[in-house]
Amino acid sequence: MIHSLFLINHSGDIFLEKHWKSVISRSVCDYFFEAKEKAVEPENVPPVLQTPHHYLISIYRDKLFFLAVIQTEVPPLFVIEFLHRLAEMFQDYFGECSEVIIKDNVVVVYELLEEMLDNGFPLATESNVLKEMIRPPNILRTVVNTLTGSSHVGETLPTGTLSTVPWRRAGVKYTNNEAYFDVVEEIDAILDKSGTTVFAEIQGAIEACVKLTGMPDLTLSFMNPRLLDDVSFHPCVRYKRWESERVLSFVPPDGNFTLMTYHVSAQNLVAIPVYVKQSINFFDSGSCGRLDITVGPKQTMGKPVEGLMITIHMPKAVLSANLTATQGNYNYDSSTKVLVWDIGKLNPQKLPNLKGSLSLQAGAPKPEENPSLNINLKIQQLAISGLKVNRLDMYGEKYKPFKGVKYVTKAGKFQVRT
Amino acid sequence: MQEWANQLCENRQFGSKMTDSKYFTTTKKGEIFELKAELNSDKKEKKKEAVKKVIASMTVGKDVSALFPDVVNCMQTDNLELKKLVYLYLMNYAKSQPDMAIMAVNTFVKDCEDPNPLIRALAVRTMGCIRVDKITEYLCEPLRKCLKDEDPYVRKTAAVCVAKLHDINAQLVEDQGFLDTLKDLISDSNPMVVANAVAALSEIAESHPNSNLLDLNPQSINKLLTALNECTEWGQIFILDCLANYTPRDDRESQSICERVTPRLSHANSAVVLSAVKVLMKFMEMLPKDLDYYGTLLKKLAPPLVTLLSAEPELQYVALRNINLIVQKRPEILKHEMKVFFVKYNDPIYVKLEKLDIMIRLASQANIAQVLAELKEYATEVDVDFVRKAVRAIGRCAIKVEQSAERCVSTLLDLIQTKVNYVVQEAIVVIKDIFRKYPNKYESVIATLCENLDSLDEPEARAAMIWIVGEYAERIDNADELLESFLEGFHDESTQVQLQLLTAIVKLFLKKPTETQELVQQVLSLATQDSDNPDLRDRGYIYWRLLSTDPVAAKEVVLAEKPLISEETDLIEPTLLEELICHIGTLASVYHKPPSAFVEGSRGVVHKRLPARTGSGESAESPDPGSAAGVSEPPPAVIPSQGDLLGDLLNLDLAPSVTTTTGPPPPASGMQLGSMDLLGGGLDSLLSGDIGGSAAMGAGFGAPPAVMPASLNAPVAGGFGDLFDLGGGVGMPIGNYVPPKTVWLPAMKAKGLEISGTFARRAGVIQMEMTFTNKAMSVMTDFAVQFNRNSFGMAPAGPLQVLTPLSPNQTIEVSLPLNTVGPVMKMEPLNNLQVAVKNNIDVFYFSAQYPISMLFVEDGKMERQVFLATWKDIPNDNESQFHIKDCHLNSDAASNKLQGSNVFTIAKRTVDGQDMLYQSMKLSNGIWVLAELKVQAGNPNYTVSLKCRAPEVSQCVFQSYEAALKN
Repeated sequence: MIHSLFLINHSGDIFLEKHWKSVISRSVCDYFFEAKEKAVEPENVPPVLQTPHHYLISIYRDKLFFLAVIQTEVPPLFVIEFLHRLAEMFQDYFGECSEVIIKDNVVVVYELLEEMLDNGFPLATESNVLKEMIRPPNILRTVVNTLTGSSHVGETLPTGTLSTVPWRRAGVKYTNNEAYFDVVEEIDAILDKSGTTVFAEIQGAIEACVKLTGMPDLTLSFMNPRLLDDVSFHPCVRYKRWESERVLSFVPPDGNFTLMTYHVSAQNLVAIPVYVKQSINFFDSGSCGRLDITVGPKQTMGKPVEGLMITIHMPKAVLSANLTATQGNYNYDSSTKVLVWDIGKLNPQKLPNLKGSLSLQAGAPKPEENPSLNINLKIQQLAISGLKVNRLDMYGEKYKPFKGVKYVTKAGKFQVRT
Repeated sequence: MQEWANQLCENRQFGSKMTDSKYFTTTKKGEIFELKAELNSDKKEKKKEAVKKVIASMTVGKDVSALFPDVVNCMQTDNLELKKLVYLYLMNYAKSQPDMAIMAVNTFVKDCEDPNPLIRALAVRTMGCIRVDKITEYLCEPLRKCLKDEDPYVRKTAAVCVAKLHDINAQLVEDQGFLDTLKDLISDSNPMVVANAVAALSEIAESHPNSNLLDLNPQSINKLLTALNECTEWGQIFILDCLANYTPRDDRESQSICERVTPRLSHANSAVVLSAVKVLMKFMEMLPKDLDYYGTLLKKLAPPLVTLLSAEPELQYVALRNINLIVQKRPEILKHEMKVFFVKYNDPIYVKLEKLDIMIRLASQANIAQVLAELKEYATEVDVDFVRKAVRAIGRCAIKVEQSAERCVSTLLDLIQTKVNYVVQEAIVVIKDIFRKYPNKYESVIATLCENLDSLDEPEARAAMIWIVGEYAERIDNADELLESFLEGFHDESTQVQLQLLTAIVKLFLKKPTETQELVQQVLSLATQDSDNPDLRDRGYIYWRLLSTDPVAAKEVVLAEKPLISEETDLIEPTLLEELICHIGTLASVYHKPPSAFVEGSRGVVHKRLPARTGSGESAESPDPGSAAGVSEPPPAVIPSQGDLLGDLLNLDLAPSVTTTTGPPPPASGMQLGSMDLLGGGLDSLLSGDIGGSAAMGAGFGAPPAVMPASLNAPVAGGFGDLFDLGGGVGMPIGNYVPPKTVWLPAMKAKGLEISGTFARRAGVIQMEMTFTNKAMSVMTDFAVQFNRNSFGMAPAGPLQVLTPLSPNQTIEVSLPLNTVGPVMKMEPLNNLQVAVKNNIDVFYFSAQYPISMLFVEDGKMERQVFLATWKDIPNDNESQFHIKDCHLNSDAASNKLQGSNVFTIAKRTVDGQDMLYQSMKLSNGIWVLAELKVQAGNPNYTVSLKCRAPEVSQCVFQSYEAALKN
C-alpha cells in the first residue's frame, strides 16, 4: 500500500513528507526530479515512475506535486485517486490547496494524513467523518480554543465510520431545510478548420447542496432518463433502483457533493453552441502574420451565450500582437505566448471580431505548427443534452424541504483547430 | 456557499497570526532547551502548544529526538488531541530510541482497555506503527483482544495491525495464530471489517506467494460479494482485486459473480471501476459466447472505459495503458469509440502518446479516413516526439489496413512536402516499411524521396533511404551517384548506416554490375580493412567471398525475396496478454510486463492465466488454469534458424520499431550451393555466372586482397563452414537420424542453466531430448516444464524427470516424451514450439522448431484407391511444388530413406526415364499429405508436389523431405 508521501512545490522543494511505514529517504525523489527535468513542463511528468526499489506515483495539482512512494504491487489508480482525494480534502479544510496554507496548518495536515491512511490502507476519507474527528480551522473556534484550551480533535468515535451510510453524519439539524441540485454540463469538442465537428461529447454532473435535518431519503427522477446510458454515481445512490426504475434513490451526504456524473457521447445529441471563423497566417518574409477571428452563435436553443473567452497558444516565435477587438479585451502574454480574448456576452446582432497583425522574432523561420483555439463559454438555464429533472421526493422525514434545480452548460475542452 | 468562502478568507488573514506557521518561527539557539521547559510545564495548554511545535519541527525534517523522554511524559493524558500528537511523535522517533520507547508500553496497554473505542483503536494502531521489537512483543496480547473487540471500528483497525506486525515480524504473526483470526474476519458481520481483512491478507499474501491465505470457495466468495455492496470505495477495490484471483467452478457461477460485480462499473471512483473491469474481463472468458448475457456484458464494458478518459490526466494515463490491453484482447468492446481517443492539444504528452497507440489498434477499414485525417493534423503539432509518433502511426495504418495504403502514402508525401526536417526523416523511415509490405507498388514516390536526401541527418532515416536506393537500384538512374555520395563520409556514419550502405552497394552491383564495380570494391575495402567494427567486417567478408566465389549464389542470397512484414508485430504476445489481462489495474498493466519481471522479491510470483471456457469444443483453451506458467515477453528464439541467418545477413529488420516476423525459412539452396564450392576457384564461376559480367570485371575479384593476413583466410572460411553447419543443424532429422543437439537456452539468458536439445521419434513416441547443464554456482532443483499452446497440440506426456538436484558444472541428459493432445494454437512458423522451464531460481523461456516429420504417424500409408480419389478430390489450388537440389539418390533409395520418417510410397511409375513416386503421410492430428516425387536418373534435382487439405503445412513438409533426403 502507500508507503510514503512527499509534497513538492513548483520549484522542486520537498516541503512535507509523511511515512506510513518505515521512513524512506528523501533521496528517492531524485528519480522524480530527473523525470521532471526531462519533461520540461510540469504537466508532462509521467504519473508512474519506476526506480530500482520503489514506484513513484504522482499527480500535479494546484501547482503542487503529490508524490506517493510504494514498494509493492498496488493498483496505481487507487493511489492516484487517493492523492486527488487528499488535494480535495485540503481544499475542503483550508479553502485552498497551496504550499502556504499547508505549511500554515501543518499540524492539522499531519493529523489528517494520519487519519486518512493507516499503514497505507485508507482509513477515513469521507469529509464528514474526518471533520468530526479533526475539526477544520475556523476563526471563532481558534479564538475560543485559545481562551478555553479545548481541542479541535473529536473525542468520540464518528458515527459515519461504521454505519451503512458512512457519508452521512447522524444528528444533522437545520432550521431551513433545503436541497439544491445543479445540472452542470460541459461540452468537450474538437472542431476542424472548416468548422466541422471532429469529435464532441458532453460531460455532465449533478452537483448537490443538501441541508436537510435527520435521515432524509430522497428520490430524484428525470423526464428523459434514457439519455443517460453512461453514469457514475456517488456511493449513496442505490444502483438497483436505477437499473430497474431509472430513478436516483439515495440518503444524501450532508452539504455539498456530486450526486452523479454522466457522459453523453452520441454526436447527434451534442449541440455546438458557437461557430468560429478564423484565419491565422504567417508570412514567409517580413517576420509577421495576420490574425482574424469572428465568433457567432450556432445552436444555443435561444439562450444567451455568456462568459465567452478564446485562448490561443501562439508559436514560440510570436513576439507581440497588434490587434483590434470589436468587443471585449484581448491580452497577449509574450512570456507564456498565450493570447486571451475575453469577449463576455455574445451579441448575435453584432458578431465580435478580433483582427490585426502578429509580429515574429526577426529572422525566425516561419512557424510550422497551427495554433489551436480554446473556447470558454457559459449558457445559463440550459442543459445542452436536453436532460431535465422531473421531480424530487423526500421520504423518512416529516418536514417540507425547499427544493431547487438549476441548469448550466459550459465549454469543457472545446478546441478549434486552425 | 459565498458566506463560507468569505469566512475562510478571513480565517486566512487571521491565520498569519494564529496558525501553525508560528511554530516554525523559533529557530534560535537553545530552541530545544526552551521546548523542554515548555513540555514539562504544569499548564496543559502550554504543554500542548509545545508538542505542536515539536511536531511542526519534525515534519520539516528537524531533529527533535532529544526531547523524547519529555514528550513521552505528556502521553498520559485524557486529552485526545494531545495523545494523538504524542503518538505521532512516537511513531517517528521510537525506532531511534528503542529503550526510551519501552517507557510508553504501559500507557499503550492501558489504552487498549479504554472504554472509548476510538482510544482502543488508536492505541493498537499506533503500537503497530512502532517498529521496535521489544514493543511488538507487548503488542500481541492487546492485538488478540482487539481482533475480537465488540466494536467493529476496533476490529477493522486491528485487522490492518496484523499486516503491520507481519511486516515487522512475520514469524511472530504465524506463531501467534493471527493469520487464522484474520481469515475468520472475512466472515465478519461488518463489511468494513471484511474489506480490511481482505486488504491485510492480500498484502501478507504478496510476500508469501505460495501460501494459501486467501483460500476462496463459493461460501467465502458469497460473503465478499455481500460485503462489496456495503463497504467503502477503497474496500471495494481490495475485495474486487481479491475476487479476481478466484476461478469459478462453472459458467453459471461465473455469470452470477459478473452480475453482482457489474454495478461497480458505475462507481465514481475510477480504481473501483477498473478493478471491476478486471473481474469481468477475466470471468467472461468462461461464459459461452452464444449466451445473451455475454453480449450484454460486452456492451456494458464500453461506457465506463470511455468515462475513465474524462478524468484527471494521471487517471487517464493508467486507464489508457489498460485499455491498450483490453483492445488487444477484445477489440469489439471499443471498436465504435475511436473518437474518444482523439488527441486534444493540451493533453499531457504521456496521454497523447498512449491515445495514439490505441487509435492505431482500433484503426480499421471503416474508420481509417477519420484516423488519417487526425494523424495528419497531429503531424503539425508542436511536440516533436508526438509528431514523430504520429508520422510513424500513418505508416502503421498503411501496413495494417491494406485499403488505406495508398492514402497513407499520399499523406506521407504531403508531409514530406512540408520540409520540416524531423517529419521528413520519420516519413522516409515508415515509407521504407510500406515498401516492405507492398513491394513494387508505390515505387513512383522514390523520386520525391530522393529530393530530400541531403536533409537526412538521423541514422535511421539515412539507413532507410539507403535501403530504398539499394532495393530499387534498377529503377533509380543515378543510384550509383547517390550511394557514392554517402560513401564519402563512410567512417563518420553510424554502424546502422554503414551496414546498410554495404548491403545496398552490393545489391546495386548485382543489379548493374558493369558500372559499379569500382564502387563495390571501394565499399568492401572500407568495410573490411578500415573498420574496427566486427559486424561490419564480417559482413564485408561474407559479401566479398560470395561475390568472388559464386556470384549466382550471391545474387540468390542478396537479392532473395524477403518475407513481408506484418501489422501484428507490435501486438503483445498472446500468453503474456492473457496474463496481463488478469493484472488489469496493477503496475503490471501499466508497464505491460508480467509482475515477475519487475516486482522486487517476487521470485515465486504465480503466473495468472485466464480461466478456460467450460463449454465443450473449446479445446484451444488451456486445460489447467492457475498453475500454468505463462510465457512472458515474446520468447527469444535462441536457435539461429536459417531464416534468422538469412534475415540477418540481408538486414531485413532494419527498423527496430517494426520487427520482422520470420516467415517460413526461405529455401537455402542458394546458400548451400555457395558453401559447397566456397573453396573452389572463384574467378571462373564469376565469369560464367548468369549475371552477364565481363571478364574484366571479374578480374577485380579473386581471392581476398593481399593486405589481408593469410592467417585470416582460414578462420574466415572456417567460420563460414560453421555458419552453414548451423544452418544444416536446424535441418530436419529423420527417422532414426537424430541431429546433433543445438543450444536452445544459453546459460547467459537463464541464470546459469543451459539447455540444448533435439527432437526424435522413437517407436511412435516423440521424444524431446535435452541436455541440462548447470553453469551457475548454486545447486538447481525443482525442474518442471511447460509448453505454450502450439500448432499441433504438442505437450509433455509426463513430468520432467530430473530427480536429483543439479549441482554446479553437472550435466544431465533428459528425455521428455511428448504427446499431441495438448491445447492448439497456430504458431508462426507452424513448427515453432515455445517452452517454459522452471527451476528453483526462476522461470525461463525459449523456443525451438521441431521437424514436422516428428508428427508423421506410423499408419500413414493410404490405400491406393483412396489415394487416387483423394488426390483428385483436393483442389488444385492446394497443390504446391518444390524443388530439391543436389540429391544424388536413386528413387528406391529415396523411398527407403523417406519410409524411415513415416513417408510411405504407395505406387511408383516410370515415364520417359523419370520415376514418379506417389507417397502419403499422416500427421498426428489426422491431416493427410499426399506427395508426388519426380526423380530423373542422373539429374540431382528432384521435384516434389504436395497436396493437402491444409496447404499451410506444405512448406514444413517440404523441409522435412529435403532434410530426410539429404541426411
